[in-house]
Amino acid sequence: MSSLKRKDISVGMVLLQLRTVIALVLLTIVFTILLQSGKGINFLHPLNLVTIAKHVAITGILAIGMTFVIITGGIDLSVGSIVGLTGMIAGGLIHEGLVLNLFGITIYFHVLVIMLICLVLGVLLGAVNGLMITKLNVAPFIGTLGIMYIARGFANIRSGGATFPNLQGKPELGNTGFPILGAGRILGIPLSIWIMIVLLLVTLYISRKTPLGRHIYAIGGNKRAAELSGVQVGRTTTLVYMFSGFCAAMVGLIISSQLVASHPATGESYEMNAIAAAVLGGTSLSGGIGTVTGTIVGAFVIGVLSDGLVMLGVSEFWQNVIKGFVIIAAVVFDQMQQKMNARSTEQKDKKVQKEKTA
Amino acid sequence: MENNVILKAEGIRKVYPGTTALKGVDFNVYQGKVNVLVGENGAGKSTLMKILSGVETPTSGKITHNGSVFTHFTPKTASEQGIGIIYQELNLFPNMNVAENIFLGKELESRPGWIDHKEQESRAADLMKKLEQDIDPRTLVQNLKVGQQQIVEIAKALSEEVSILIMDEPTSALSKTEVDVLFQIIDELKENGVTIIYISHRLEELIQIGDYITVLRDGALITEKPMEEVNLQWIVSSMVGGDSSKIFHSGNRSIGKTVLSVKDLFLQGSVEEPLLNNVSLELKKGEVLGIYGLLGAGRSELLESIMGLHEDISGEIVCDDEVLGEPDIRDRIQKGIALVPEDRQREGLVQSMSVSHNLTLAGLWRIVQKKVHIGSKKETESVDNMFQGMSIKAAGPEVLITSLSGGNQQKVVFGKSLLTNPKVLLLDEPTRGIDVGAKGEIFNIMNDLAEKGLGILLVTSEIKEIMAICDRVIVLSKGKVTGHFEKNEISEEALVNASAIGHMTTSQRTKREKA
Repeated sequence: MSSLKRKDISVGMVLLQLRTVIALVLLTIVFTILLQSGKGINFLHPLNLVTIAKHVAITGILAIGMTFVIITGGIDLSVGSIVGLTGMIAGGLIHEGLVLNLFGITIYFHVLVIMLICLVLGVLLGAVNGLMITKLNVAPFIGTLGIMYIARGFANIRSGGATFPNLQGKPELGNTGFPILGAGRILGIPLSIWIMIVLLLVTLYISRKTPLGRHIYAIGGNKRAAELSGVQVGRTTTLVYMFSGFCAAMVGLIISSQLVASHPATGESYEMNAIAAAVLGGTSLSGGIGTVTGTIVGAFVIGVLSDGLVMLGVSEFWQNVIKGFVIIAAVVFDQMQQKMNARSTEQKDKKVQKEKTA
Repeated sequence: MENNVILKAEGIRKVYPGTTALKGVDFNVYQGKVNVLVGENGAGKSTLMKILSGVETPTSGKITHNGSVFTHFTPKTASEQGIGIIYQELNLFPNMNVAENIFLGKELESRPGWIDHKEQESRAADLMKKLEQDIDPRTLVQNLKVGQQQIVEIAKALSEEVSILIMDEPTSALSKTEVDVLFQIIDELKENGVTIIYISHRLEELIQIGDYITVLRDGALITEKPMEEVNLQWIVSSMVGGDSSKIFHSGNRSIGKTVLSVKDLFLQGSVEEPLLNNVSLELKKGEVLGIYGLLGAGRSELLESIMGLHEDISGEIVCDDEVLGEPDIRDRIQKGIALVPEDRQREGLVQSMSVSHNLTLAGLWRIVQKKVHIGSKKETESVDNMFQGMSIKAAGPEVLITSLSGGNQQKVVFGKSLLTNPKVLLLDEPTRGIDVGAKGEIFNIMNDLAEKGLGILLVTSEIKEIMAICDRVIVLSKGKVTGHFEKNEISEEALVNASAIGHMTTSQRTKREKA
């Protein structure tokens, strides 16, 4: 029955909206040509693409959680440290088990139980973030900065700064199988990529087709109006931080499983990569705007850029410089799009006004 | 008489996108007098004052001051001309102290680049003494009561050499004694040759203090007279306009059983006087009950309390025979209460969302399938229905809400409330800042809803609106019910008198008692 027009977008707007995808395609083409002509390497070889995707999955999973946080108008600086802490907890439980001095016994858990413990820990830390922000009115930047230090501190305390090596587990203790998460493949594709894909699909559904998703966008767009429309702002915001904590714990498990070892410094500055991916994907730091698909494209831009540069032999120092420029460019384009949006809105408004008077 | 006109605005027009705020207004300001400007909300008073103080640029027109002609002022030229303004909204920096606020932007320097705090503070102290206020210039503004903050605003304006001082509702936040002090100050300023432009909704106050009165209505000049020639009755009828008010009461409403009853609602808030002081009311199905009162009378707080926005509240609210429990907005929406808030931009809309997402935001729970899934078809259907039912003018439901005109945005806020399928509709100044045509549409919608059996509580400060649509009116003043009128008893004078009861200064009260 809908006689109403639902889309009205110009070509320029489409190009601007797809800018991250265009940037990704251009980057891929440039690297393919440079690597083929310079070193005779095929950048587009499936194995290479899978490797890149595997790297992207780490940033991507964190960035999916981060996207919702940023859409509510917040930020989560603690995810990198949660990656480190959950990795250390998993490593410790496999390597040393749970030592109960009181009873003089040591408990070794099944790997799945250990993973569950780590995921719950991530969710709990996220809940602490969320409750601080919603109940105690702590600014998200500060609250999650605090948890960032606390989690990193405990990651080091857990082992006294040392690495837990050899996390294969022992058959006699019944705790083998941890490396599968990092090394396992389905249809030739590593599990971490599958996890990213599943998370992407689930969050895509939540953000587009559920009241929860709609509420998250509303909170970031106008908290007061959302509240007056019956949105449970506190609960929803806390849930979003819990999900971010869950994603971080997942990444912590994936990394220590891939390395078959856990190190307390793992995940340092990962939160920045996650934020960068979200921003590159069009998420607005002022809240209310952003998509998880955009974020994943943003994560791929970062991944292709850093892997391509590595393969070209560009030094790590220069990689950082280039990454910085790309992020700034993304934000500048974002401003341009907002201006264009405003302008086309004005024009439409004039058109409507004219129709009204006619 | 013309010789005494120090400032003259002629043919001032101001056009905003979608609405014309001023339609060629002439305004004379007489030297050394209190020039009163009155009009209902949206009549254009504040816009005119912003133009005189240089904050807004008029679309056309000219301003003559002391013989020199200007097309417009900038804040700088206005202050060079000796025009100072005290705004309706407080424009202070809560994180700075009183002296810093007073001298902000015109800091006193001991040597270039160095603020002379000592001098600033002693001058601020002098100003406070002059204003008879015991406020330490080093107090942070955030630690002052609202009334005291208003005093700081006044001090800020007086700290400069002003020849014309504009006061836009300076008393709305003041207690009675503070108002008396302010009036003394105004008298002193007059003696020193300062010209005052004074805006207020409190009409008795105007008669007490004013020398000349200018009435604006719908952005146009209605009349200008010396104060001694007019009385309260005259002011009200020229503000409201005798014949222009259309009646939106169809007469087809059938008033049913009580749908909302409020008993002894009490809300302390953070000020000394309670925001709501044992307010009780009953609203019936198919009835439009008007709530009239001045700024700060507790009208918005009443609606917010019914909506469940305030925690520290006592009293009983019953909706459709069900007692509403703990304040919980979501719960109250689902039990049939919906609010169209006063501030559309701040409280009504999510600016980053599309028209359709704004429309369905509060009623998502009604179109959800299996508790989590928003059915596209169901959503499209409700959105399209609302689009047609409310005749929302937009390029389509997927455009950003900010691309709509004020009136159409307001229809979206209305639509959002209606999609929750309410039994009681709470409307807080639903026609503020929208043009006359859209106002008419909004009123027709209200009448239709009442005919369909909704109970409507309408808060408005425009008497015209009350007369146009309400079945009954309750008047609030300083948190108390001070009047209750059936349809045939509603008159401008009765409403204005009832709304002023809580605000009268002691002198006014004794005067009235004598009369």
